[in-house]
Amino acid sequence: MANAIPQDSETLKAYAEASGWRLGWAKFRRHKLALISLYIVVLLYLLAIFAEFFSPYDHSDIHRRHVLVPPQAVHVFDAKGQLTWPHVRALKGERDAVTRRLSYVEDPQTTFSVRLFAPSDPYKLWNILPLETRFLGVSTPDRKATIFLLGTDSLGRDVLSRIIHGARVSLSIGLVGVALSFVIGIVLGGMSGYFGGWIDTIVQRTIDLLQSLPTIPLWMGLAAAVPPGQDPLITYLMITVILSVIGWTGIARVVRGRFLALREEDFVLAARFSGASEMRIILRHMVPSFASHIIASLTLSIPEMILAETALSFLGLGLQPPAVSWGVLLKDAQSLQVISQAPWLLIPGLAVVITVLAFNFLGDGMRDASDPYGKA
Amino acid sequence: MNEPLLSLVNVEKHFTQSSGFLRPAVEPVRAVNGISLMIHEGQTTALVGESGCGKSTAAKLITGAISPSAGQISLRTRDGNILDVDRLRGRARKALWRDVQLIFQDPYSSLNPRMTVKQILAEPLRNFNIARGAEATKMVEELLDRVGLQKTAMNRYPHAFSGGQRQRIGIARALAVQPRLIIGDEPVSALDVSVAAQILNLFQSLKQELGLTYLLITHDLAVVRYSADRVAVMYLGNIVEENTTAELFASPKHPYTQALLSALPSHTNDQKSRVVLPGEVASARAIPSGCAFHPRCVYANDLCKSAAPILKAQPAGGRVACHIPLESIR
Repeated sequence: MANAIPQDSETLKAYAEASGWRLGWAKFRRHKLALISLYIVVLLYLLAIFAEFFSPYDHSDIHRRHVLVPPQAVHVFDAKGQLTWPHVRALKGERDAVTRRLSYVEDPQTTFSVRLFAPSDPYKLWNILPLETRFLGVSTPDRKATIFLLGTDSLGRDVLSRIIHGARVSLSIGLVGVALSFVIGIVLGGMSGYFGGWIDTIVQRTIDLLQSLPTIPLWMGLAAAVPPGQDPLITYLMITVILSVIGWTGIARVVRGRFLALREEDFVLAARFSGASEMRIILRHMVPSFASHIIASLTLSIPEMILAETALSFLGLGLQPPAVSWGVLLKDAQSLQVISQAPWLLIPGLAVVITVLAFNFLGDGMRDASDPYGKA
Repeated sequence: MNEPLLSLVNVEKHFTQSSGFLRPAVEPVRAVNGISLMIHEGQTTALVGESGCGKSTAAKLITGAISPSAGQISLRTRDGNILDVDRLRGRARKALWRDVQLIFQDPYSSLNPRMTVKQILAEPLRNFNIARGAEATKMVEELLDRVGLQKTAMNRYPHAFSGGQRQRIGIARALAVQPRLIIGDEPVSALDVSVAAQILNLFQSLKQELGLTYLLITHDLAVVRYSADRVAVMYLGNIVEENTTAELFASPKHPYTQALLSALPSHTNDQKSRVVLPGEVASARAIPSGCAFHPRCVYANDLCKSAAPILKAQPAGGRVACHIPLESIR
């Protein structure tokens, strides 16, 4: 074992009485990248849950005088080069005389301090809780005082706020889709592994078939079946169903594989000799052994779901504006013109990359930690 | 010593592979090919043979883990009834496991790593309605004491124990239902020699204290000589010789037994008596005609090639399946 066996009696006792979950956590913690990813994922979900609070503006707030503003800098030196409290400068729109293109110039004289827990227009958290404070803002309610840290889009909406609000759909669709896939996957995979025989054959060949279908055309076909102009919530649920049509196959394979492997374990046979019923063998002896594997593989399938939703919405098959998700936001960055003139509209893509990477590293760490008894 | 505790009559187990679409028919693996054996209460019987001779399959048949293709296995239960092991299916096998328990070869895979020792040992107590709660805890303590472990072991997980200690936990689990027959499937082959000796001594003392009957499945003749009362030697799914340990080691009657015993390291350094068998063990898919051992037997004649010898009682005691047992040659 890679774990150094502790020497003094107290820690030895703790080690001897540590459950599989505790050993797994100890192993997981040594995987630094996974641990950092865990923090990032938790942070992302906190941002999504308290999106109204963390975003400087509402996602649909339109700032007509600030259209396509590039990311605004936070300055720590004032006009005279002296260190001051972090501040943003007022923006002045200027039109190029020839191209008629609008550009923004900072006015170093008009500064607004950046504040945490800044006062704002009244809004409601989760549509229930009335609040008048946002996590980040400028100190004055002046119309000129703006804080567009990641710029604005073509309607003058704050990109950062839209990314934070978009995280709600993008991050939750992974969880909901995986939950749905998990239910289908564990039932069909479990049946496949437990009963074997022709049930196994049918389930496995169905998985082969589904996995051999090219996903984009399949999604397009299924998305076409979703009636347009629905309540965004219905569309959202339909998309999770569409994603789960493919998503369950991987999980079913994992569940079946673990079932087959565990069924041959001596301790399962020993449980049978100990008089345990089949149901008890599965629930008491087998499930705890593969629960951690399943959780790890679920974690690894969340990013696939997030990417799939992004792809669907990007293609215009998923959610439609005014709903926001990272895919919907990226749709704004489809044209070459936008990319050349307002590259900050691609930043939602960065959010997708960070999330997917964090989930992948987290899942890797969890997979390694899921069998704390292995030799490696 | 009249009624056997366990008797096997012409037990066969053939593993067939279903031939179907895109799958050609394959000869069945004849793992156990009609063995007959009686185990009497209070005795330690050893079933020896090399890898692939069907001894582990025999253990699985007796424990009801798999069902025989043919033949009868019957067990005399603690109430004196005869249990037809070969007919038991599904939940009915629970009655068998009240009397017959198995000790596994690998102490690392036989204990669930996610259960504490207490949970592992309380499992049979709960499932057979022997004890629950505080009473079960007390019984677990007694079981641990019986196999030489401290009761602080209760709350620990298997990863905190060495191989020998894990095997003791496995033994305690087998003892929990107070079985009468314990089958050890290579119970010490995964352990260091010194630890193995301790475990064998534990077997001996448990036998005396609890009046247990053992069937040891092993390939280790030193273990056999140390702990068995009777020995049955298997070759390619058949018992070729069966006798008391002392008799069998002193004068083997079957040429295979002779070769097996001559392979034992000896401190007298008597190199001349070493019998080296020609060839290799045949596949269990293609067992030779007549006596399965004839291609490798130096004494084989035409009869051996055509007719399979049956296991016959010998005038001097013991049973041998050979047309020309060794004494008649000498």
